[in-house]
Amino acid sequence: MIVGQQKPFEEIWQMVKDHRQLTVFGCNTCVAVCHQGGNKEAGILASQLRMRATQEDLAREIVDSGVERQCEHEFFERTDELIRGSEAVLSLACGIGVQFMAERYPKIPVYPALNTTFLGDVPEVGLFREKCQACGDCVLGVTGGVCPVSRCAKRLLNGPCGGSTNGKCEISKETECAWQLVVDRLEALGRLGDYEKVMPIKDWSKDRAGGPRAFRLEDF
Amino acid sequence: MVETITGSRLEKVLKSGHQAVTSECGPPRSADASHIIKKGHLIKDHVDAINVTDNQTSVTRLCSLAACVHLKLQGLDPVLQMVVRDRNRIALQSDILGAASFGIQNVLCLSGDHQRFGDHPQAQNVFDLDSMQLVQTVRHMRDEGKFLSGDEIKQPPSMFVGAAANPFGDPFKIRVPRLAKKVACGAEFIQTQCIYNLDKFEKWMEGVRERSLHEKVYILAGITPLRSVGMARYLQKNVPGMDVPDELIERMKGVEKSKQADEGITIAVETIQRLKECKGVAGFHVMAIEWEEKVPEIVERSGLYPRPQID
Repeated sequence: MIVGQQKPFEEIWQMVKDHRQLTVFGCNTCVAVCHQGGNKEAGILASQLRMRATQEDLAREIVDSGVERQCEHEFFERTDELIRGSEAVLSLACGIGVQFMAERYPKIPVYPALNTTFLGDVPEVGLFREKCQACGDCVLGVTGGVCPVSRCAKRLLNGPCGGSTNGKCEISKETECAWQLVVDRLEALGRLGDYEKVMPIKDWSKDRAGGPRAFRLEDF
Repeated sequence: MVETITGSRLEKVLKSGHQAVTSECGPPRSADASHIIKKGHLIKDHVDAINVTDNQTSVTRLCSLAACVHLKLQGLDPVLQMVVRDRNRIALQSDILGAASFGIQNVLCLSGDHQRFGDHPQAQNVFDLDSMQLVQTVRHMRDEGKFLSGDEIKQPPSMFVGAAANPFGDPFKIRVPRLAKKVACGAEFIQTQCIYNLDKFEKWMEGVRERSLHEKVYILAGITPLRSVGMARYLQKNVPGMDVPDELIERMKGVEKSKQADEGITIAVETIQRLKECKGVAGFHVMAIEWEEKVPEIVERSGLYPRPQID
């Protein structure tokens, strides 16, 4: 899933404070799972903004709403009228949702309330970890199911580097060494010999280096 | 006359069967090249080649390539250190050609410290290739006369290709296979991480010999003299992948402060003397970080001086 983190309140306030009317708009899928951008968080953030406006003696109309996914047209039917009638929107979606809305409503300013951080999993309640960088050419089949592109600080494809210490990465004792995980996993699979297969030079043209990517289903 | 591929002095020394000695100089954090030229002259008679570090510890410095050119113009044999952290494959290949155009004949292929440690922790890193792929790249350019794209290089670079090995990084079980992988990629010489835990290094060398890797690549053992007990403690606690045993700290602690630097030199000399007997060690890489003036003493006391005369 896509993980995001709400921006500092002050930064959000500075972006939107000059609009007399504002719709705070949640996205109730990925970023709701990480309790940063769902419809509930939109309600809380709207209250905080109203309080701040009151403190500063500013007349502001701030409403909140949301949809299941801010990245697809069909979810907007219910709220289309509200958005079209808004002076500005503060979106709690990931960067995709913000851009989708900006494109869908070209005359309405849409501001991001979150920093979109990574594609990750939820190994335990309240913990999110980066697991994929959408590089477009998956190597998990040869690395025992551990992604060195997203989990090694140097994206090493033939690691581990010399900085690996007690299973931790050189950048931080809190960060697992991806290559320690690869090696452990290969060993558990009885495939440690696979480590010596030299991983070829990667084709990054399938990554963002190749420009914005698109994928069309021909049958639709 | 020994047959060599590149004309590198380091290659000639190693292929003649001598134990080689290399050292390294860090370029200055300024545009003043006199600093690195002076360092080069301090050690030139005591070493076969001089590595020039590439923005080591991710701190911005005068570039390795330019510093190597300065040394080359002084008649010294530089080893161009290249990290893949800061340049993509286009820039790396371009710099290799640039270096070769000045007659630089050695390259050491490294991944590089993460930028978090340096003066620009906010920087974007590159890591388009990894260190092994850089080894492959230089060999491909030299031996096939081609760029990675497949296009022909009319005058290919002539470089003796090296890589680093850290016998003390984790997981240990992968350390010999990792060397094997670098050899498979085409590494011709290896410079190791600083050695303080001799038992562990010798254990690693045992694994190296079991697979006859020492017959396929020249291994230069990394030596860094300790200047003080504080430095030993710092390396032990704060430098990832560094293995400084407690006994060594105790030994440094047992010497009064004014004599700790001398003790560090003695330890370095003893290390070299012990490893001279270690089968498969083809020489020494003396990294006296910002203490280059001590390299001649270490080399002389270790019985590695004079250096062989190679035309």
